[in-house]
Amino acid sequence: MTPNLTYIVVVGVLFAAGVTLLLERSLTRVLMGVILLGNGANLLLLTGGRAGGPPIVGTTDADEMSDPLPQAMVLTAIVITLGMTAFLLALSYRSWHLNGHDEVQDDVEDRRIMDLADRDEGPGTDDADQPDSDDQLDGDGRPDPDSRRPSAASVAAAAGERGRDA
Amino acid sequence: MNHLVPLPVVMPLLGAALTLLLASRPRAQRWVSLTVLTATVAVAATLLVRSSIDGPLVVEVGGWVAPLGIVLVADQLAALMLVVSASVTLCVLVYSIGQGMADGHEETPLSVYHPTYLVLTAGVCNAFLSGDLFNLYVGFEILLVASYVLLTLGSTETRIRAGTTYVVVSLLSSLIFLVAIGLVYSATGTLNLAQLVDRLDALPDDLRLVLQGMLLLAFGIKAAVFPLSAWLPDSYPTAPAPVTAVFAGLLTKVGVYAIIRTETLLFPGGRTADLLLVVAALTMLVGILGAVAQSDIKRLLSFTLISHIGYMLFGVGLSSSLGLAAAIFYVVHHITIQTTLFLAAGLVERRGGSTALDRLGGLARLSPLLAVLFFVPALNLAGIPPFSGFLGKLGLVQAGVDDGGVLAWVLVAGGLLTSLLTLYAIARVWNLAFWRRPHPDMPEPQDSVHTVRTDGVEQPYRGPDRDAHPGAMLPRLMIAPTVALVVLGLALTVVAGPLFDLSSDAADDLLRRTPYVEAVYPGGTP
Repeated sequence: MTPNLTYIVVVGVLFAAGVTLLLERSLTRVLMGVILLGNGANLLLLTGGRAGGPPIVGTTDADEMSDPLPQAMVLTAIVITLGMTAFLLALSYRSWHLNGHDEVQDDVEDRRIMDLADRDEGPGTDDADQPDSDDQLDGDGRPDPDSRRPSAASVAAAAGERGRDA
Repeated sequence: MNHLVPLPVVMPLLGAALTLLLASRPRAQRWVSLTVLTATVAVAATLLVRSSIDGPLVVEVGGWVAPLGIVLVADQLAALMLVVSASVTLCVLVYSIGQGMADGHEETPLSVYHPTYLVLTAGVCNAFLSGDLFNLYVGFEILLVASYVLLTLGSTETRIRAGTTYVVVSLLSSLIFLVAIGLVYSATGTLNLAQLVDRLDALPDDLRLVLQGMLLLAFGIKAAVFPLSAWLPDSYPTAPAPVTAVFAGLLTKVGVYAIIRTETLLFPGGRTADLLLVVAALTMLVGILGAVAQSDIKRLLSFTLISHIGYMLFGVGLSSSLGLAAAIFYVVHHITIQTTLFLAAGLVERRGGSTALDRLGGLARLSPLLAVLFFVPALNLAGIPPFSGFLGKLGLVQAGVDDGGVLAWVLVAGGLLTSLLTLYAIARVWNLAFWRRPHPDMPEPQDSVHTVRTDGVEQPYRGPDRDAHPGAMLPRLMIAPTVALVVLGLALTVVAGPLFDLSSDAADDLLRRTPYVEAVYPGGTP
């Protein structure tokens, strides 16, 4: 069986465009990339089967039927891609809701560790037995929940403060 | 007995539907989930016994004869994985119920938690049982979709941030898998694993290598193998403790299982053995060096998780019977231990109010039980004799020495070094979090969950608006499953002999390939 060249070229173009979009920071563009890649993969699945008439007994000779299995698999894959698209849309909407943008952000903790490494310190080697000066205690004497889950801003601030101390 | 095979997939799915209907009745939801998972454990255990006596059990779904229909195959490897994963999921479910009840979520629980959790179980079981490449893909998708929801529960800022990376990377790996399936189908005209055995053997070597590479790439991302592992420590630690625990125990191991299955059944001959060994060494060392640098228990554990995936790949890469048996043993050990450690980390977060090492201290004195619950699995992970971690590593080292190649010796050295560095990382956690003077920020111990002590005055607990309740007495329902898993981890040492025999049998069957193929096609491959 020889595959159709048009299919292959289209699949290539879809994959190239999809990968380019996937490398963007904005989640909406990533979503577009995922959709293009998904379509490319579906087309690729289709090219795997034999082309021909409708695979229904009585309407087509068995020799001239198209291969129904890739079509069934593409149907499944389309449904899965649809669900994923909806979920990613919800994620980017929520991200926009929380942050005002939908850009994929860096790992905060990762940057903090890099920062520690730059200053050649390890966790626990510095002021481990002292309470951190930037800890906010709320009314009932417990640490403020916000300070336990550092946001990007508070980590940056803390890093700056420690930098000044050092 | 064959009619039992689909049950580990069907029961959790039906349970998920039922719990969704019972969304407004959390108590009923809990009972349904518990019953379903207990039944799954029982069925999985029966499957394991039957498959080791009678050989692989096969079911043609819907009565469609293979290769027209989809087959589910429970051979020893699949059944063993089912037993371990079902037991671990059950323990984690009890833990999460305990946490939910203690947090006062009883009034307004997240009604999607139970259905999603059961769907995740169904996906994992489906991936283990699948005898068809596309069904394996569907199994992966079921468990991944459930994991997306579990990872972003509550959709807070940190979870959305972590979830984004996780979802996009997982989507990419699924797409690669789908493309690989398309290529395999166009090259061979079938996706049935047993039928692929002959048809792939007939293909030209170059083409086989391309297909093998594509599948390895897809499974490598899911299993968090080194160059493809950066997503894991970013996303796992932000989820609720039980979710992280079950992810760490199961999801990457499903990827490892898929690698074992495809490498032995579809692509024997070890053409990528050297690649696997190199990647295994890098995964071990880079992972554990990452762990040493971390200052948060959950992140540190995530890095040890990546690092120890390297041990399993080591066994697979050796492609000898002993290596494979040790790898299977190691998977069983690691599922149990890594889950236990994450549950213990959840308890630490509860007791100490944080998992950041520079905010903890003196936990050994404040909560001796918690210290034991962390210490035992931690030593087990590092591979201290006589724990199962040591036995697994011993098997791998022996297999490496038997192999005798240069790369195998490098791997043996790398494995021992990784084991030492794991011990170092674990000892650091122990020193900082469990010894030292208690950190001044650490909350005072409380007598009861529902009161909070302020200046010596008992005040009623204010509401379920926090993830962790620092200083709260650890709820029994959270302690019990952790204890159970610690005991299970210790039991792996006690039954190590029979378990290793079982792994060896499974490994032999995998390498011979005929038991699997003959079980699916008793009359010969069409």
